[in-house]
Amino acid sequence: MKVNRREFLQRATMATAAAAGAGAFASSALAADTIKVAGIHDLSGGLDIYGKPMVDALTLAVEETNAAGGLLGQQVTLINYDPQSSMQLYTQFAQQAALKDKVAVVHGGITSASREVIRPVLDKFKTLYFYNTQYEGGVCDRDQFDTGVTPAQTVEKLVPYAMKKWGKKVYVVAADYNYGQITSQWVKKYVTENGGEVSSIDFFPLDVTNFGPTISKIQAAKPDFVWSALVGGAHISFYRQWAAAGMGASIPMASTTFAVGNEHIVLSPEECNGMLVCYNYFQDLKNPVNQAFVERFHKRFGADYPNITELAMGTYQGFSLWAAGVKKANSIDRLKVIEALETGIHIDAPSGLVTIDPPTHHCILDVHIAEVKDKKLNVLEDFAQQKPSDTAAVCNLIANPNDNQQYVIKF
Amino acid sequence: MNVRALNFVGLAIVGIFGLAFLVLTPRFLDLDAVLELTVYMIMAILALSLALVWGYGGILCFGQSAFFGLGAYTYAIAMFNVGESTIPFMMAMAVPAAFAALLGYFIFYGRISDVYLGVITLTVTLILFNSINSTAGPEFHIGAAKLGGFNGIPGIPSLNIPGDKNAQIDLEGMFYLSTAALLATYFGLRLLLASRFGRIIVGIRENERRAELLGYDPRAYKLATFTIGAALAGLAGCLFANWGSFVSPTIFGLAQSAQIIIWVIVGGRGTLIGPIIGCIGIQWLSASLGANQPAGSGSWASLLSNAPLILGAILIAFVLLVPKGLLPTLGDWGQALLRQRAREAVAGVEPLPVGKE
Amino acid sequence: MDFVVLLAIQVLYAIASLALISIGLAIIFGMMRVINLAHGEFLMLGGYAAIVATSHGVSIWIAMLVVAPIVVGIIGVIVERTIIRFLYGRIIDTMLATWGLSLFLVGLTTAIFGNTTVGISAPLGSFEIGAYRTSAYTLFVIAVAIVVLGGVFSVLRWTRLGLIARGTMQNANMAAALGVNPPRVYAVTFGIGAALSGLAGGVLAPVSGVFPTIGVAYIAKSFITVIGGGAAIVAGTASASALFGAVNQFATFATTPVFGEVALLAAAIVLIRLLPQGITGRFFRRGI
Repeated sequence: MKVNRREFLQRATMATAAAAGAGAFASSALAADTIKVAGIHDLSGGLDIYGKPMVDALTLAVEETNAAGGLLGQQVTLINYDPQSSMQLYTQFAQQAALKDKVAVVHGGITSASREVIRPVLDKFKTLYFYNTQYEGGVCDRDQFDTGVTPAQTVEKLVPYAMKKWGKKVYVVAADYNYGQITSQWVKKYVTENGGEVSSIDFFPLDVTNFGPTISKIQAAKPDFVWSALVGGAHISFYRQWAAAGMGASIPMASTTFAVGNEHIVLSPEECNGMLVCYNYFQDLKNPVNQAFVERFHKRFGADYPNITELAMGTYQGFSLWAAGVKKANSIDRLKVIEALETGIHIDAPSGLVTIDPPTHHCILDVHIAEVKDKKLNVLEDFAQQKPSDTAAVCNLIANPNDNQQYVIKF
Repeated sequence: MNVRALNFVGLAIVGIFGLAFLVLTPRFLDLDAVLELTVYMIMAILALSLALVWGYGGILCFGQSAFFGLGAYTYAIAMFNVGESTIPFMMAMAVPAAFAALLGYFIFYGRISDVYLGVITLTVTLILFNSINSTAGPEFHIGAAKLGGFNGIPGIPSLNIPGDKNAQIDLEGMFYLSTAALLATYFGLRLLLASRFGRIIVGIRENERRAELLGYDPRAYKLATFTIGAALAGLAGCLFANWGSFVSPTIFGLAQSAQIIIWVIVGGRGTLIGPIIGCIGIQWLSASLGANQPAGSGSWASLLSNAPLILGAILIAFVLLVPKGLLPTLGDWGQALLRQRAREAVAGVEPLPVGKE
Repeated sequence: MDFVVLLAIQVLYAIASLALISIGLAIIFGMMRVINLAHGEFLMLGGYAAIVATSHGVSIWIAMLVVAPIVVGIIGVIVERTIIRFLYGRIIDTMLATWGLSLFLVGLTTAIFGNTTVGISAPLGSFEIGAYRTSAYTLFVIAVAIVVLGGVFSVLRWTRLGLIARGTMQNANMAAALGVNPPRVYAVTFGIGAALSGLAGGVLAPVSGVFPTIGVAYIAKSFITVIGGGAAIVAGTASASALFGAVNQFATFATTPVFGEVALLAAAIVLIRLLPQGITGRFFRRGI
């Protein structure tokens, strides 16, 4: 049968696509006697500014563990999934990790939405889950451990510090989704408790790039400082437009979301110098564990790596905590590891001492307040061992081990 | 063999294959594969809904995800309020259909067509997205169901056998239900399209003015098609909410909307099996590209794991090389093969000598 | 009083940015009926071109106004020659192809630039209106939008290229019969449309930030504006931007940004319901 070039190309395309697909599946056949760990982080689709450093940190953690002899004598294999910012793929990959790869633990989820999607799936299929991103607090689930900071740990410290430095009238701009809305409620609570006043709370959908009207409103309100809970790439334009309107010099800003996506590097110094942020981890923390870590990280990923973010460190610490739990339990069985972790395991992490808080499955962490200066974050003050008191107010997994939900903390 | 017989054989093949797939898959594949196939079946129903509305009805609906999302949210909200799943299941199809009827009345009786219609449907789904995205506070609830904003509604209870609240469907049951629903939708649509109604809407798609002059009211028929498509999308939404036990506002987003259109184009507009294959193919491709990301950063490896890059390149190549869509192209190959055979068969025949009768 | 002035500037700015991001798509769609779903990515590439040029020492003005449109224009011509050329008349297939192209460009940009890219800050500083401060750059954007729309109008109305383009748009076969080469016209027009998108991306880079997925924020709005405008390119884009930009800004000032977005979308629905062929289907019918 005569075949012309076009038909040949058509068939070749289909065959190649099929082969590529088959190849993709084939590569998932792994050696049987390794410990498998899954990472589910977005590497494309809009949330990748957060996801890539997390995957890099997880990769480094696994490689270091393997170089030191592995866990329980076995090597650890890391399986990375990229859900491309799609909730459906989050579900599918969680199912795949739990059922097909039968991993010992899943580290993943970036937004609270993605966490709430995979949490029930991993619960149902009895797989341990570590959520390593800062979030609004309130998750109470024995099968999950949260290593990110919550508002009671950071907002509670930054609000009085900023109010003492700048004044009592605050204007809040926040991303219009759960994290932004709940964080702004916490800001309001702490501002009021410290004798201040919130002149307004404005919410912005995640893809808004025009902040002109809001900037005018802020100017009219004349607050002492602005609190920002803006999230994501599009919201960077707020800081740009704020500086372009010449406001950087007159009204200062504080935030617990700024710099998580390396905004301080993307923006110019004039656009964000003087901003105060509060996190668990900063790349410039001056303790020997961190200095050694940064050296190893740069050796692995290049000295010109933009910045080791809070979320990346959260992932590194999450993996280290899990590995410590496995060693203590001497097994990768989920319940044994949970019980081991619930004894209050702690590690000496680059960010300081990190301890698991047994009733909440969250972490007791050091937090630091830093100032943005010339594309760097300079630590100003340290607060040691902050408890996750917001989640502790609603959740006690030692008393109620079958509790399984996210509480919306009421004021 | 004449065309009708061929058609019948084709339907029979689909039916047999479908039934075999339904019965045998859970036996031979493990749970993870069954779960993955379940969502593909559900999305295939969604693809069929657009195949009806667009492929056969000629209505370029850029917002089919609106009905999909409405079905999912309706099921979730009703389930939290009612507790037993028969009514939520029916509402999940009725509410999107009612919404579509309203919207369709607005559109078709306003004589809006082609690209403009696409834009209106797109804006409708974006309005839904923006609105539901902002419902994160606890004050946003319908009865006992909190809307949850961007985080969506997690932990949605599953369907149960009608009447018995506690006999909830399990994971395998979900697969049976979804596959059965897909088969029912497929054969139902085949029947619909073979009926008088089906012929009329195809006629309207081909030439609206002519159909009108022949005495059919295109507005009413388009409205009916639009509504049926919305009901099917709602069904898919309800099943989707069951599969993942969650629903979130991204279901209304531009990405989801565009996905459905892409499935139909890749599979072949104007067919039913085509969009099913296109849907399953592209979903599977996206999942495979996302899974098993190589660790580290070797440049070749990171290029291959760059999901948008690979998917985009494949789609572009697909359009250029397989312009009509998968199924029509396969059909063309098949026909070319048959014609070649026929030609070879005829070539061996000797011409009758002239004048020997 | 100063609030009124401020409001006026903000509204004009919203209209101007909407017009800038839409004019490229309007040319491509108006001329060739190609639904270019990669339009947002052309804007994104314009932003990156401006950033790369600036980081190599090129003056920011040249980077935004010269380098960005030229780079994206060239990319547009390449895209047209390799992909779009085969798909004229097949409006559906162009959707699929440009969707694939948008994914491809996002993936490519992420691979080349990574996720964290230093941006450029807005030049020109700020100025005061009574009690308010606003960025002088907004005035620049408004000026650019006026110049661009005026330029496109002039080219289409008074130059030979514009005449040929309009003729090909109205009746390609007749134009071919009169000695014009339609494929060449399409290639040039696609390139110019892409160049204008690149210009918009470059000009907006200092105010909106540049990262690989920023195209998503633009595509829906520009699509709605172009279709709402109707068949005429300049008149349609101008009138639709004016209407939607004003509605959006007033609603945002009056209530919240969320409602501002919803108001723009709702206005689009009402507009298309009342004017099923877009604005220039009824008004400015003989406009360009």
